[in-house]
Amino acid sequence: MSCQYLLLLMLSVGVSTVEVHRPRGVPLSRQFYEEDKPFTCLDGSRTIPFDRVNDDYCDCQDGSDEPTAACPNGSFHCTNAGFRPAFIPSSRINDGICCCDTTDEYNSGAACQNTCDLGRKEREELVKMAEIAKEGFQLKQQLIHEAKRGLEDKKAKLSEIQSSKKDLEAKVEALRTVKETAEQPEKEAKGRHMQAWEQKAIARKEKDKAKMTEVFLELDDDADGVSVAELLSHSELDPDLDSSFTEAEAQVLMGGEDKVDPASFEAVWNNIKEKYLSESNADIPAPVETAQEETPVSDNDSDQYPEDDIPEEEEEDDEEDEDDDQDESDYKVPPTERTKEKKDDDDEGTMPPYDQETQNLIDAQKARDEFDEAERALREVDDQINLEKEISFDFGPSAEFGYLYSQCYELTTSYIYRLCPFNRVSQKPKYGGSETNLTWGKWSGPQDNIYSVMKYEHGTGCWQGPNRSTTQVKLTCGKETVVTSTSEPSRCEYLMEFITPAVCQEPPNLDSGLHEHEEL
Amino acid sequence: MVPVLVLWLAVCLTGTWAVDRGNFKTCDQSSFCKRQRALKPGESPYRALLETMELTNTRLTLQLINDNNKVRLLLELYRLQGNITRVKINELKPLKPRYEVPDVLIREPPTEPLSLLSQDENGVVLSLGSESQRVIISARPFRLDIMEGSDVLMSLNSRGLLTFEHLRMRKDTQADPEADKKEETDPANQAETTKEEEEKVEDGMWEEMFKSHSDSKPNGPSAISLDFSLPGVEHVYGIPEHADTLRLKTTENGDPYRLYNLDVFQYELYNPMALYGAVPVMLAHNTQRTTGIFWLNAAETWVDISSNTAGKTVFGKMLDYVQGSSETPQTDVRWISESGIIDVFLMLGPTPKDVFSQYASLTGTQSFPPLASLGYHQCRWNYNDQEDVQSVDAGFDEHDIPYDFIWLDIEHTDGKRYFTWDPHKFATPKEMLQGLKDKKRKLVAIVDPHIKIDSNYKIHNEIRSRGFYVKNKDGGDYEGWCWPGSAGYPDFFRADMRAWWASMFAYDKYEGSMENMYTWNDMNEPSVFNGPEVTMHKDAVHGAWENRDVHNLYGLYVQMATADGLTQRSGGVERPFVLSRAFFAGSQRYGAVWTGDNAAEWDHLKISIPMCLSLGLVGMSFCGADIGGFFKTPSTELLVRWYQTGAYQPFFRAHAHLDTPRREPWLFGPENTALIREAIRQRYALLPYWYQQFYHAHRTGDPIMRPLWVEYPQDPATFAVDDEYLIGRDLLVHPVTEEGARGLTAYLPGKDEVWFDVHTFQKHNGAQNLYIPVTMSSIPVFQRGGSIIPRKVRVRRSSECMEHDPYTLYVALNLQRTAEGELYIDDGHTFNYERKEFIHRRLSFAKNILSSVNLAPDAQFTTRSWIERVVILGASKPSKVTLKTADGQDSQLEFDFDASMSVLTLRKPGMNAGADWTVMLQ
Repeated sequence: MSCQYLLLLMLSVGVSTVEVHRPRGVPLSRQFYEEDKPFTCLDGSRTIPFDRVNDDYCDCQDGSDEPTAACPNGSFHCTNAGFRPAFIPSSRINDGICCCDTTDEYNSGAACQNTCDLGRKEREELVKMAEIAKEGFQLKQQLIHEAKRGLEDKKAKLSEIQSSKKDLEAKVEALRTVKETAEQPEKEAKGRHMQAWEQKAIARKEKDKAKMTEVFLELDDDADGVSVAELLSHSELDPDLDSSFTEAEAQVLMGGEDKVDPASFEAVWNNIKEKYLSESNADIPAPVETAQEETPVSDNDSDQYPEDDIPEEEEEDDEEDEDDDQDESDYKVPPTERTKEKKDDDDEGTMPPYDQETQNLIDAQKARDEFDEAERALREVDDQINLEKEISFDFGPSAEFGYLYSQCYELTTSYIYRLCPFNRVSQKPKYGGSETNLTWGKWSGPQDNIYSVMKYEHGTGCWQGPNRSTTQVKLTCGKETVVTSTSEPSRCEYLMEFITPAVCQEPPNLDSGLHEHEEL
Repeated sequence: MVPVLVLWLAVCLTGTWAVDRGNFKTCDQSSFCKRQRALKPGESPYRALLETMELTNTRLTLQLINDNNKVRLLLELYRLQGNITRVKINELKPLKPRYEVPDVLIREPPTEPLSLLSQDENGVVLSLGSESQRVIISARPFRLDIMEGSDVLMSLNSRGLLTFEHLRMRKDTQADPEADKKEETDPANQAETTKEEEEKVEDGMWEEMFKSHSDSKPNGPSAISLDFSLPGVEHVYGIPEHADTLRLKTTENGDPYRLYNLDVFQYELYNPMALYGAVPVMLAHNTQRTTGIFWLNAAETWVDISSNTAGKTVFGKMLDYVQGSSETPQTDVRWISESGIIDVFLMLGPTPKDVFSQYASLTGTQSFPPLASLGYHQCRWNYNDQEDVQSVDAGFDEHDIPYDFIWLDIEHTDGKRYFTWDPHKFATPKEMLQGLKDKKRKLVAIVDPHIKIDSNYKIHNEIRSRGFYVKNKDGGDYEGWCWPGSAGYPDFFRADMRAWWASMFAYDKYEGSMENMYTWNDMNEPSVFNGPEVTMHKDAVHGAWENRDVHNLYGLYVQMATADGLTQRSGGVERPFVLSRAFFAGSQRYGAVWTGDNAAEWDHLKISIPMCLSLGLVGMSFCGADIGGFFKTPSTELLVRWYQTGAYQPFFRAHAHLDTPRREPWLFGPENTALIREAIRQRYALLPYWYQQFYHAHRTGDPIMRPLWVEYPQDPATFAVDDEYLIGRDLLVHPVTEEGARGLTAYLPGKDEVWFDVHTFQKHNGAQNLYIPVTMSSIPVFQRGGSIIPRKVRVRRSSECMEHDPYTLYVALNLQRTAEGELYIDDGHTFNYERKEFIHRRLSFAKNILSSVNLAPDAQFTTRSWIERVVILGASKPSKVTLKTADGQDSQLEFDFDASMSVLTLRKPGMNAGADWTVMLQ
């Protein structure tokens, strides 16, 4: 909008429905057009004879001589008797498309019909809207009032909590000292116990070594070192537990060697000891049949273009992938005989409980409990201090949006949309599927009306879309608080329509409202 | 548009955005190219059998024999009207017919008499009509030289690279296991055991693999090749479509330029890879002459270019010159095609415009589009539903930005079934179209040539029951994977199929269509997601021919049939508008093309210029690139610059990928909205000039967007320029295509020219490099002194809204204080101009008199438009200005004179734009 345009708008006041002689497309209010006197362009750039005003040629650089299409960026006034007068851009004069009173098409030959009475319907609509706005605005006053009171309460509570927090912090510190003092003898006793345990561990290691030597001899049938072939006779060692224990697999266990001597057998032993069954042990359990799931083989190119309906399928794929992962880890669960072996381990490998003597030393327990309790109390206070966060939110110029905090509003289509203002927005398919979440970002309306749009950001990456999705929540005035619609204007960018009284503006007097120009 | 899933794969698997070159063949991976390229220049085995020569008035025929295998070829030579020589070479007795491209030439080219000048046992000399041009046919080895005076213009087979893989029976290898075994076990002795005349069987002759795709080759090897030498030539152009510089590069150190219509995902710039379209026409230019080679072959084709001066530095060349040791610069070109025949048109110029008209006489000119299609097009994949369309439409009004077309991509259909609408999102398409029509705006809906295989889909059922699908090698319907999933491909090579397809656009057949709805043909290479190189198998069958023979023609036929449909639905009254991605020589007759799926990168903005220039040189003027870039998201600066560039390119459409954020012009803050609005408004003000350029192109074949050298053919400084260009003769545009640019240097050509900045009216001399400081609002455009350009400066919501608006004439005086221009007016949308319903006037300024003279006295049209203003650039101040109208009335005109810029503005002369008048400055 040019400055000049604004100027013209400001100069116009009200309008009469009686047609009086005046330059076409100029509202009566424009007193600066004085017939039969030279006209000076509004920017003062030049003065022209009056017959050049509105003569379909642009003389003034600012376009002020022509409310016609001759000047760019000009505007033309349609009286629109019976409806709402309007300025239209001068480029829409005589373009064959009519304003409702058809006065803009005086020279285009367009077959226009006066449609201004259709405006009545719009007027009725406007009356209804104004009614809603009025009630909404009253509700808003209430909200503001409540918010103000609520805020005071919260601030009072907060300062109360903050002072009690200080006391608690002191208490926690004191108890910590008590606890640590009490724990000192306990620590020492534990240390002693540990040392004893470590000695046991050394003994165990020696035992293992002995077993290794024994196994080496058992395996080494021909006394020239353990070979791949000798290892192969122990099918329980098959690493993937499929039906065949192959040479290649055996070689892997052998660390790539064909044959090992006793010195290098230790590495092999570490690979096999978990599974090894002594040859003296007759009943070797059959290897567990595990049907390795095959990755589907498919033609390279057709695979590049899997079927339709991409997002859902991708989600499904993801889930399948997860399942696959789980399956794979299932395979890693050792077969039965390992559990048995583990039991042996339990016998030898786990630290026994403290002996009575040690236990007697652990009298720090009481001090510990007391400390824990004090700390818990402090944490609770900290939680309440979240109030501080709440108070810090920008709930609008009069905190009128405060009532939305910690509330959630839902809309169900084929998805369930959930808006929890100042917290998050989520979208979840009605029939299963993963939820997409976005967190509160900021107010992001236009500069002159920043509280008209909320922005939620950092959504999970959207399939095949931009890394982060965003949701705009557009707020409109209404009596209720409700989510009315959602859409996806471009991939992964959602738009939610949300009605709340908190955005209602004081409705202008209805009659003057209709006389205002729609552009404003 | 390009496969979504490929995108996903590319991102996920490779993590990069560049083309996956592995999906496309190199010359080495294309067996015929590899075989042919392995053959090095040397003495040709071909010999002309002069005793077989037959010369009629218009045609010479002569047999050639390959002394290695004794296979005979038949050479035909024609002199065509307009300085064109046609050379056809086919097998004398092919085993079965070889493909000759139909429907590309607009008629059998009219011939001119040939006469025999002399003949001896070494050869024949023929006269090529009046221009002292001769053809010399040398017998042993066979070669052809075209001479003018003592200059050789062009030589054929001078490097001995003529090859013709004759059709042959497949040797039954099963019957001769011995030989097979021998070959396998004893390759060293092969040469001895195989007779010299027998062809070597090489890999890929009878079957070839690419990735997982096998190409059965029932006809065996069938490649052809021929070399052309261009003495004195250092600059060659054309053979689109490639994402490369305007001036073609030599190809010795890489692959040849490839012509094979392919859907290349995220194409790379500055390389010779094939793209969506193919026009096998090359232009050669030096300061003396422009010539052209039109290689009429629709099979996969590779073009090698070498030059004896390539790689020499300017200093090296100078040294040659000083020492006198220089050989004449020469460019050698070699064409290799997989099948078909050699049918080549040598367009002998001598001027660039002669070559354009020669080529136009063969394949026709740019279709004359509806005026509205020269306006701004708003596209996106996708406008989601009718409400979305309505709100975008309203957005343009709210922000006072003109536009003519809004576009619907594939998502508007019911499950990618073309000719249908999504029943929920587009439940009442006619309502939507009427809403646009009320504002004099239009819509384009996409119709791709892959048809969903679905027995509940009427279009599919009809095509199947009529047997109209392309067949696979085994005779069943060919099936491929594309947007709808499994799809069939209608056989557009059948005239009855095309007629049926055209009939589907009738208003009663295409439900929901209206007269303000037009069509977009995408994916018509054709794109087959699971096919070799993302296209159709070469052994797919179109009647008697394999896709191998006809491949590059598919897209042309799709656009032809669609354009026919749009014409027929109005009973032949309304001009069609069809945008196509694939194309071939002759596609200019059917509508517009664009440069496919580009990306939101500065280099892609830059390359839009040479890509459209190259297309313009081969007759395809209605060219544009997706504004903003299709893939990825442009920075605001890039988007604004792209609008500014696109506003001055023939096809002006913004488009965006499904995954990119919205980018309608008003989404980037008021400042950028204003910049984009201004660029679009400049376009609309210039529509009369654009329209006149299209009329001119339609009449002559001249490119609209043209390289500088076309107008300044003797100025070598212009020969490689491809960051600026001319629109017609009179507007020079150097768009800002550098990020963060503060200034640029434009070359203003013409020693005796002056150029006027169209925004400031400042005058600059020609033949200089001019530094131009730029801001974000700058679009450096200059009007040539000596020209008159009509504009409509009352820019409105759409071009149709501006129909009756008055004109402002911009008269830019040259150093002789003269200027000339034209004004063309018709109804803007029907074929009535063919019935002489138009106004075509010559505007000229000389001796201080500006006059409008009828250029088409036999034409009839009336317009309500008038002349509201005349702006004379480079004028001096008159004491009075008199208008004389046809009825002999004189009247004085008021005027304004700006002495600082020497601009004279005549106020409201008011005469009708179609009338005779003169304006006298005194």
